[in-house]
Amino acid sequence: MSIGNNHKLGNKNRIATNLILIVIVVLLAVIPLVMAKDAEFGGSDDQAKDAISTIDPGYKPWFSSVWEPPSGEIASLLFTLQAALGSGILFYGLGYLRGRSKREENRNKA
Amino acid sequence: MNSKRIPMIASITLMLVLLPKNVFAMHIMEGFLPPVWCISWGVLTIPFLAYGLYSLRKITIEFPKLKLLLAMAGAFVFVLSSLKIPSVTGSCSHPTGTGLGAILFGPAIMSVLGVIVLLFQAILLAHGGLTTLGANTFSMAVVGPFVAYAVYIIVLKTKGSRSLAVFLAAALGDLATYITTAFQLAFAFPDPTGGVMASTVKFMSIFAVTQIPLAISEGILTVIIFNAIMNYLKDDEFQSLKIFSKEALR
Repeated sequence: MSIGNNHKLGNKNRIATNLILIVIVVLLAVIPLVMAKDAEFGGSDDQAKDAISTIDPGYKPWFSSVWEPPSGEIASLLFTLQAALGSGILFYGLGYLRGRSKREENRNKA
Repeated sequence: MNSKRIPMIASITLMLVLLPKNVFAMHIMEGFLPPVWCISWGVLTIPFLAYGLYSLRKITIEFPKLKLLLAMAGAFVFVLSSLKIPSVTGSCSHPTGTGLGAILFGPAIMSVLGVIVLLFQAILLAHGGLTTLGANTFSMAVVGPFVAYAVYIIVLKTKGSRSLAVFLAAALGDLATYITTAFQLAFAFPDPTGGVMASTVKFMSIFAVTQIPLAISEGILTVIIFNAIMNYLKDDEFQSLKIFSKEALR
């Protein structure tokens, strides 16, 4: 059993470690907002467009998108849907794995 | 066996298809790469895609128990690529999420997952583009995952801790994607005076610098999910995963 389980980390400080890690991720996102107060926070691809037009002012995009979301609201709907479905599947999987491993533990105890 | 595999592939495909990416994400925009470059990157990407399809099929046949993990690796790409995060440069970008799948299953399958995402977001969200699909697939779904996988194996083989290996793999894979994008644009748009190098610096400062804090975030999030998965895996599943990491995983 102990050999079989050696890929698992110790249980003890896992929650604390994960909390600290999540706080770091949040800080990495919040600090720029505080530091660069006046920035627009647009997409870096729009900046790339500007850079292309300075390097080659004559360049014209030779193809345009087949369809665009009609508004920012529609775009954010699609993008929220993406995050929601993605995390739905991801955490369904994690929940399933956790439940399964708990069940195994109980069976071994009994 | 076969009848079980088909719904799984169909549901993964549907999942990928139904989840377009955000408009402001950071790939090369439609029409912004001259035709000769579109074709070149496209041709370069095709062998990776073919091998990716072969690997995906092989994994689902040989390791049917790992299908759930496969779906989770795909879902992770969706979640992470939907997170538009502000960065120190005052603009926004998003992580790629391709590192997790690359270290779990090897880099090849990510080319398939990546191209489906990029294709449908080009069609549905006017993000990235059909003409730039080859170049964007090469950076996000080929270079990123391969760098992540290489870093992961190297760190594990040099006796680094598993969490460190996962963190560096995901973070450097993310960074490599955007560095590739910068090079792709620089090749297509060399600076009139400074040439390709001057352009590289310019595009690098837009894409790569913005990406540094995000790469760190991606590394951390990948470690959290990876460790959670490892914690709940059965031993036989763990042994299967070891095969993909050439026995480096421990």
